[in-house]
Amino acid sequence: MSNLPADLKYTKSHEWIRTLADGTVEIGITDHAQHALGDLVFVEVPEAGRSVKADEPCAVVESVKAASDVYAPLAGEITAGNDTLADAPETVNSDPYGAGWLMRMRPAAGALAAAELLSAADYQKVLDAEGG
Amino acid sequence: MGRRTPLFELHQELDARIVDFGGWDMPVQYGSQIAEHHAVRRAAGVFDVSHMCVVDLEGPRVRACLAQLLANDVARLKTPGKALYSCMLNERGGVIDDLIVYFLSDSSFRAVVNAGTRDKDLAWIRRHAAAFGVEVTERADLAMLAVQGPEARDKAAQLLAPGDAAAALALGVFVGRELGGWFVARTGYTGEDGCEIMLPAEDAVAVWRRLNALGVASCGLGARDTLRLEAGMNLYGHEMDESTDPLESGLAWTVAFEPPGREFVGRAPLEAIRAAGGPARKLVGLVLEDRGVLRGHQKVLAAGAGGGEVTSGTFSPTLERSIALARVPAATAGRVQVDIRGKLLNARVVKPPFVRFGKSLVT
Repeated sequence: MSNLPADLKYTKSHEWIRTLADGTVEIGITDHAQHALGDLVFVEVPEAGRSVKADEPCAVVESVKAASDVYAPLAGEITAGNDTLADAPETVNSDPYGAGWLMRMRPAAGALAAAELLSAADYQKVLDAEGG
Repeated sequence: MGRRTPLFELHQELDARIVDFGGWDMPVQYGSQIAEHHAVRRAAGVFDVSHMCVVDLEGPRVRACLAQLLANDVARLKTPGKALYSCMLNERGGVIDDLIVYFLSDSSFRAVVNAGTRDKDLAWIRRHAAAFGVEVTERADLAMLAVQGPEARDKAAQLLAPGDAAAALALGVFVGRELGGWFVARTGYTGEDGCEIMLPAEDAVAVWRRLNALGVASCGLGARDTLRLEAGMNLYGHEMDESTDPLESGLAWTVAFEPPGREFVGRAPLEAIRAAGGPARKLVGLVLEDRGVLRGHQKVLAAGAGGGEVTSGTFSPTLERSIALARVPAATAGRVQVDIRGKLLNARVVKPPFVRFGKSLVT
């Protein structure tokens, strides 16, 4: 059973989405994803101001073993990338839902409603189906 | 489901992440790959390398057979137990596999070849051995453990009877011998001291548990790869294969052109390359100066010299930056650029190894 906070939304590609008070969203990778990747050694986050489409690769997380793309779960404009990860990529392993967030974005109009986001329970089913 | 070693169920019990490696279900890591890497650099770790293929070669003409089959010269092996690293080449000078061969007696040698090349290697060896009346026996009854790190040999010796332990601790570098029913060799693939133990498959689980109890960390293929890359050691299928020769793969030191009369397979094409002024490409080490991680198949741009390719790249846990081996034009020197996802990042050309006996060799 993975660590899945109930107040977050999830994607099938193992991102999590937290809606913040100002209407922007914070995005990271799930505990399952960081565990599967192993020790992270490099994280590349997008710059503020960049517009992204849903499912567009917009960050890269690299473990010792391999590089993996992180996809925008919805369309919008990046408002911040987590620059602290440049010097401490392992934060994604140790605190994937907190200090290890990757980026924040302002969803495009209607994008949040249009995105196919999963509840914690539904994401758990995805993991179960993957044998995770 | 892939092939499994005698330790597969223990790996599962130890919560290893299992991956396919050359058709085998192998542990890539048990917990943190970086922690496993540091355990070997600083203390001791144990790897399951039972997927590798142990082959015994026996017969009065075994030395002549290996003199033809291997690019390195078994005549260099004068003391029983001494080991030799060599490539086995095809007629075009391409590398069929790299291997270690132990001289056991005048009529008996033991080779250890890679897992992924087992079938073609055995077929190739048997084809050549037949002409010399050499008997080729795959030792599937043996498991193999690599115990590596500055404390590794002390820990491994504690598993042996006192007399055997003293003999194990007295082993010279790249020498193996039969001790208490095991074959213990002072060899490895990490750039640290250590030993490789070939033992009856049914003993392997108990030995692994005893090593763990002595504080030897379980280590997976992930750490094995970062350790060998820091040590500047080639991995078959990455740094060399049948389309590349040893001279352009950093392995010229393993090709014995002397004596001139030894007609090993692949000699003629390598002689032709030497006569033409040497190989057009060479294998070098790279240290990434910018942030990022070098990976296999990334393109390398050498100013004025042309293009090349990363053969293996990773994050080095010891150096805390990215390192790689790369095949580049022979004139490459100084600095190069590497294309990482469309960005050209700067890397410095260095002579491997990057790390040896726990110490960085890169300034």
